[in-house]
Amino acid sequence: MVADLDHLIKLMARLPGFGPRSARRAVLYLIKKKEMALFPLITALSDVAAELTTCNLCGNVDTVNPCHICTDQRRDDTALCVVEDVDDLWALERAHSWRGRYHVLGGTLSALNGVGPDDLNIKGLVERVHAGGIEEVVLAVGATLDGQTTAHYVATQLAHYPLQITALAHGVPVGGELDYLDEGTLTQALKARRPL
Amino acid sequence: MTPQPSSINSISLHNFRSYEDATLASIAGSVVLTGPNGAGKTNLLEAVSLFAPGRGMRSASLAEMVNDSSGKRDFAISINMSAADTDTQIGTGVAAASPGKRSVRVNGVAAMIADFPSYMSVLWLTPAQDRIFMEGASDRRRFFDRLVLGLFPDHAGHVARYEHAMRERMKLLTSDGTIDPAWLSALEARVAEHGVAAAAARRETALALQPLIDAQTDGLSAFPRAALAVLGDFENLLAKGLPALAVEDVARGALASRRTNDASTGRASYGPGRTDVHVTHCGKGQSADRCSTGEQKALLVAIILAHAQLIASRLKRMPIILLDEIAAHLDADRRHALFEIIMHLGVQAWMTGTDRSLFSGLDGMASFIRVNNAQFNVE
Repeated sequence: MVADLDHLIKLMARLPGFGPRSARRAVLYLIKKKEMALFPLITALSDVAAELTTCNLCGNVDTVNPCHICTDQRRDDTALCVVEDVDDLWALERAHSWRGRYHVLGGTLSALNGVGPDDLNIKGLVERVHAGGIEEVVLAVGATLDGQTTAHYVATQLAHYPLQITALAHGVPVGGELDYLDEGTLTQALKARRPL
Repeated sequence: MTPQPSSINSISLHNFRSYEDATLASIAGSVVLTGPNGAGKTNLLEAVSLFAPGRGMRSASLAEMVNDSSGKRDFAISINMSAADTDTQIGTGVAAASPGKRSVRVNGVAAMIADFPSYMSVLWLTPAQDRIFMEGASDRRRFFDRLVLGLFPDHAGHVARYEHAMRERMKLLTSDGTIDPAWLSALEARVAEHGVAAAAARRETALALQPLIDAQTDGLSAFPRAALAVLGDFENLLAKGLPALAVEDVARGALASRRTNDASTGRASYGPGRTDVHVTHCGKGQSADRCSTGEQKALLVAIILAHAQLIASRLKRMPIILLDEIAAHLDADRRHALFEIIMHLGVQAWMTGTDRSLFSGLDGMASFIRVNNAQFNVE
């Protein structure tokens, strides 16, 4: 195989969701569809590399700094949603159900993986809260062990500020049948039951 | 509601352990596998054990399960089983393209390992477990946790989470530099939360098993009555009647107070990882570790059979029991008592042994299969 092509396949294979086989397929597709797929992709990648930056305030990625969400006047300044990473922020934005601001931690605490509080954007979060005006912090982290440990840690860091700290509910998915739920999720759903 | 019978009607193995391609069809009732050492009897039992959550009765890696001589990287096991008058085709294995991932299919549709308990329960007793009373607490805890898993499917998740949180805690305590107490508190809260959930499940399983062991061994005196006691930091607090949330509070405090000690020794001096399962031979008033090898085996058999009854009464479905080299260490009276209990319960048992004559008590009541060089010969 041509060395350049081999190099490209190896780079593609490192991407999340790709392996050697799918990388070969993707590269072959790009070569065959130069006008339709390869050139637009090159342009898009180049634009992203040149223009994209990380928001100094919340940690989101955008073409401007501060990002569009942080400068949006229609959003609620008093409510802050803390997420593990940018893909979680995108997921919440797709739901169109959060009108407050965000704060991206950049991962979760993991002693075994060498990720400590200083490696995450926790100091920035405390500074934002310390600056005042925030009444509620929603900890929208994953229900994994590391996610829950991180939520506990962040809650401790914010404990002495006069604000409400909340966490996402865990339980029955919308449109889901109880019979198909695992026992752990069902138990959580029962614990978090609410009056109708 | 009477527990529904549950049994495997046929099993096919492809490239699994010593088997290249083999099928055992038209299985009726319990199965006795006889043959020389290395014939493939235990490999077949291990194949069946893979239809329970986890890594099977040998806890082996997927790479170890692939037939060495084939040069291939895939293997597949397929069973046809009946439960509640419904036939189900279940398959599991690995594809050569993704050798690190086990896939599952139920009636031709992709499923997950976690779905197995919806169709069947599999219990086992292997020679490797014969010495658990002589080994460390972790072996007994693992043995007992598998019993707990039969009743509480989320138990494995709680155990994995508290173990992970404990490893994280020890990593922090033994690392250089300043230790962040808030981080440690967050981890200790996870240990308490998942550890107490695991301890409650262990305790409830022991309490449910004990009357069944007592009833079983009262009527059939061939097996000694075992007294089970799950002893651990969290279990002991639950036994005092403390609510789970109160135990979590005590646990968090105790873990925090032991940080300096644990950091200096490099070991956790408190927590769910120290739980032990103590078994006493009631007739002798002796701890199991002081009993003879045969008595220890008999105690284990009594516990497994009681557990089969517990599964049947709770899940309303008979489990499948795998008894590897079961005849070894059991005298003639106990062997016959075992066969009678298996027939009485109506469970499908898969038993192995080198000597066919040891299973003569099952003549006409079980399928006898001679295994040689990974091939089956139905007698």
